[in-house]
Amino acid sequence: MNRFSYTRANAVADAIAQHRANAAAAFIAGGTNLVDLLREDVARPKVLVDINRLPLKQIEATPDGGLKIGALVTNSAVAYNETVAARYPLLADAILAGASAQIRNVATVGGNLLQRTRCHYFYDVGTPCNKREPGSGCPAMNGINRIHAILGASDQCIAVHPSDMCVALAALDATVHLDGKDGARTLAFADFHRLPGDTPNLDTNLRDDELITAIELPKQGFASHHAYVKVRDRASYAFALVSAALGVELDGDDIVAAHCALGGVAHKPWRCPEAEAQLRGKPLNAATVREFAAALLRGAQGRPGNAFKIDLARRVIARAFELATQRSFEEAAS
Amino acid sequence: MDTPIVERTLDVAPDEAQRMPVTFQINGEKRHFEVEAWTSLLDLLREHCHLTGTKKGCDHGQCGACTAIVDGQRINTCLALAVVRDGASITTIEGLAEGDRLHPVQQAFIDHDAFQCGYCTPGQICSAVAMLAEGHVKCADDIREQMSGNLCRCGAYTNIVAAMLDAADLADGQPDAQGACS
Repeated sequence: MNRFSYTRANAVADAIAQHRANAAAAFIAGGTNLVDLLREDVARPKVLVDINRLPLKQIEATPDGGLKIGALVTNSAVAYNETVAARYPLLADAILAGASAQIRNVATVGGNLLQRTRCHYFYDVGTPCNKREPGSGCPAMNGINRIHAILGASDQCIAVHPSDMCVALAALDATVHLDGKDGARTLAFADFHRLPGDTPNLDTNLRDDELITAIELPKQGFASHHAYVKVRDRASYAFALVSAALGVELDGDDIVAAHCALGGVAHKPWRCPEAEAQLRGKPLNAATVREFAAALLRGAQGRPGNAFKIDLARRVIARAFELATQRSFEEAAS
Repeated sequence: MDTPIVERTLDVAPDEAQRMPVTFQINGEKRHFEVEAWTSLLDLLREHCHLTGTKKGCDHGQCGACTAIVDGQRINTCLALAVVRDGASITTIEGLAEGDRLHPVQQAFIDHDAFQCGYCTPGQICSAVAMLAEGHVKCADDIREQMSGNLCRCGAYTNIVAAMLDAADLADGQPDAQGACS
């Protein structure tokens, strides 16, 4: 493992100051991804600033009926929290579909947002990678790209974001709370992660020395009609090939609102507000679901290794609508 | 018991290293160490404490052989830095039995022949002990899902699940038509 020095912070301002004091500093919380990246020589910080003692471990109701989850709450603690399970079961289901019990016990909410892609080439320092070393190239383009992006990719990078939790947070319209040298601010979840574009080295819009302090969920949790559908290469403990987080609000057989985010297909959880707007007031049937899937997947581009994901995503979306609304849309998938 | 133990580490010249004092309660015994910042909890257990029951399999958090119970929760000790976990209470496979009396999960593994080569077994058992304490399993399928972080390359899963059902005093229930455990 690379050598680094280590400091502990006891307050948010202290953590930010310690991070600012060294250009090559990294925060460490659960460390379930960072320690692995350090060991593989992918992450090369000179200083680790341990934030585990910061007071960011609360789950609390917000004045407008939402829920604020501290950045240091573990994935397990969120998934098994009674309020989350009752009001935001989509989030609990997505978290429990990810990783293993051992990792969920340690991994934090903030760290989950910041985990890096599991692209094979990003992890293999013996190969070029535009995300790891900008300008060095992308062997995934014409290499082993079964797990890679079909949406929002660039000619620099076709990596995907690996999180399950983030797919649910995207569908739930979460807000990310940040603190930094210029003070606290919030970002809508859709604005937190980036598409690769010409800067695939940047996963997020987090500024230098900024720290995630909390995730806030709005009042609407889609507890009545929701589904997290994840397709992967084994039954458990594998990253998604394609996943869908869906929340639907119904009035009889008509759709009042639907939020749908896809995982495993892009550099960030993939949503299309325009396609969702088209669903409002539509009758819930196979044709509606089929049209929505087509709109959400518009522009999808497959490569030899991952073209299967386009059809798979259509089926995953249809399955999510079936599970969320207890109806059958078999023909929507074909 | 408060036993001060200071040991040299193996992987760096002493004058290059920032050493951090850390204290752990390991299998009921309070112990002090000085470690480099990059020492994993797994390496501390194996190289400093010589508690080699906790195994290094993949060293990436993918196999679960390094599972120990830290502050009451099962974790991958290969992905934990010792300095970050300073002050923790740790139970390893060596700390589960009471004298000559095996932990019920250990006994169940023997009764059900739940291993072949045995390399994954300490991690499987520590993981199972913590899983049963978590209280989220009601049937065999729950166990398979909750134990997915522990791989067995010999493929002893059938008997591992049987051992855990026995230790948890559960019948070999399969989900019924509604998906609930019977």
